[in-house]
Amino acid sequence: MSDTFEEKEVAVELRFQPKPKDIDEDIAWAQINGDVLRSLERPRPLYWVIFFGSLWGVYCEIYQYNTGLGVADLENPQVWGLYIATFIFWIGMSHSGTLLSAILHIMHADWRKPIYRFAEAMTTFSLMTAGLFVLVHLGRVWQFYYVVAYPNERWTWPNFSSPLVWDATAIGSYLTTSVIFLYFGMIPDLAICRDNATGFRRTFYRALSIGWRGTDRQWSNFRVTYLTIACLLIPLAVSVHSIVATDFAVSQQPGWHTTSFPPYFVAGALYSGCAAIITLFIILRYTFRFEQYMTIPILEKLCKLTFAISMVWTYLNFIEYAAVWYGTDEFAKQSLIYRATGDYAWWWWSMNILGSVVPFSLTLKRLRTNIPVMLVVSILLNLGMWIERFMIVTPTFAHGYYPWTWTQGWWPDWVQVGIVLGSFGWFNMLFMLFCKIFPSVSMYEVKEMVYHRRLPRKNLKPLPAEG
Amino acid sequence: MAKNAYILALFGDFEVAAATIAALRESSIPGFKMKDVTLKSPIDHPECAAELGPRPVYIQIFSLMGAVLGSSLGFLGISSAQANFLRQPRGGFPIVPIPPNMVITYELFILTSVFFTITACLIVWRKHRVQSSLFDVQISVDKIGILVKAEPPAIARIRELFTKYHALEISESL
Repeated sequence: MSDTFEEKEVAVELRFQPKPKDIDEDIAWAQINGDVLRSLERPRPLYWVIFFGSLWGVYCEIYQYNTGLGVADLENPQVWGLYIATFIFWIGMSHSGTLLSAILHIMHADWRKPIYRFAEAMTTFSLMTAGLFVLVHLGRVWQFYYVVAYPNERWTWPNFSSPLVWDATAIGSYLTTSVIFLYFGMIPDLAICRDNATGFRRTFYRALSIGWRGTDRQWSNFRVTYLTIACLLIPLAVSVHSIVATDFAVSQQPGWHTTSFPPYFVAGALYSGCAAIITLFIILRYTFRFEQYMTIPILEKLCKLTFAISMVWTYLNFIEYAAVWYGTDEFAKQSLIYRATGDYAWWWWSMNILGSVVPFSLTLKRLRTNIPVMLVVSILLNLGMWIERFMIVTPTFAHGYYPWTWTQGWWPDWVQVGIVLGSFGWFNMLFMLFCKIFPSVSMYEVKEMVYHRRLPRKNLKPLPAEG
Repeated sequence: MAKNAYILALFGDFEVAAATIAALRESSIPGFKMKDVTLKSPIDHPECAAELGPRPVYIQIFSLMGAVLGSSLGFLGISSAQANFLRQPRGGFPIVPIPPNMVITYELFILTSVFFTITACLIVWRKHRVQSSLFDVQISVDKIGILVKAEPPAIARIRELFTKYHALEISESL
């Protein structure tokens, strides 16, 4: 044997290099409290700039409300435009919170602990933003209650067979459950805020923490309740986007009447949600100096998860193309050809490249550990997913069954674009307010994570002395 | 009957806290019951809480009740409303569309179950609320507290036991 003992030892050391840790287990618990509570201090001026940015959307909506949907260039057959495309986009964004908090919670993936709180908040605020588009696209906003199962003064009930009623029920249930889930999971942290706040904030946190004292009975019931709601939230999340997909799939429009739409929508939702989590992860890490909690290994895991979901989405996307291409529905086939070669071809190809090719950058360690690159990639992925929703809605209306209804090259005007941009301002405003009022990192779960990672080291027995 | 007193001790780690609870259980100190011993901690620690003895959780029964009630009443409610109120606009025919009702029932099934779960948890918390004002903010940081409700004569002996197990701080209240 030519290898010396030292060479062998070096080889073994290289082979068993420890993996980078998700979190430093030596962080003191008091430091975790201090770091997170520091993020709740008074907001900086940029917050108010973004707040007023959302007012542009409010102005556009008031203008559309007073003048009519015509100013948004919405008329038959282009009746949905950006509003429903953006509605689907925001509904999709909401799925990430459920994935990170509920699904990964059940699977005991503890790396989610430092980042699930803001993902849950994202879920809630995305749903609230999506709900606005249902109202905006109605035109006659004052008749919004027609979409819920509620009898009006003439005792004519809404049409229960309409998918709009399903939508209202599903989104209403999902929003309610998400808010409960977000709030309930925060109670131990709200008690920490209560113990460290003064004045009005103390009263506020005391009311919200509903007498939490961290007793064993509170913890055991908390654990079971949280797990139960998590289990109930998963089928609810799947049902919400399936129902949104069914709105399209049950219609006879070319390009929509596809069986694979519900799983395709759910995969797209998880995909855009994960990409949005990467964006917010990087922004929060930079803004609040959360480098110790939102670590590079956790970012890497998020990137791998996003890549896996992007491949599921890509698969379902191609399945849809193949089903149309080899199917017998000539109108659907023409609609697909129109998407790829017609007025919206640039957008269609952009969607496919951004959605299916760009994610391959997530497979390269050098790129996925580079934070500026990941910020750009995550925004590009979400841009691709937004275009996907636009490509579902608009080309089908622009190239329907009858040539006299064709509105090829239709493009939304400034009112629609203004409301859509305003929705991003609205979402950001809600999210940033949340981060300033509530802890965006779960303190007790990070403590649990640190504690459980310390345990194996603590239980190590000293090696017997040589000789 | 003498009024009960409370004693709270803080510990630095869960192992010591668990050992202290075990010692409390095995001690022959009269004037307190194990059901009046409460563990307070900054994180959930089922292993340490297990030393307190069985404290079953019944939340999921309420979740099941909510699910059954929500789905059955939801379906019946919607269907009966449709059968009654849709007669006039639909030309006198009571129409109950099953597939859409299934969708709405599915959502109600989950929503009611969530409501029942959360309500049950809040009721249980309220029921087991500890009356003592003894609380140390260090428990929400990194310390583990053991709170005991006992008759006043027993407090001195419990304090001795806590001291033996190196409690970091001990406080009492009547």
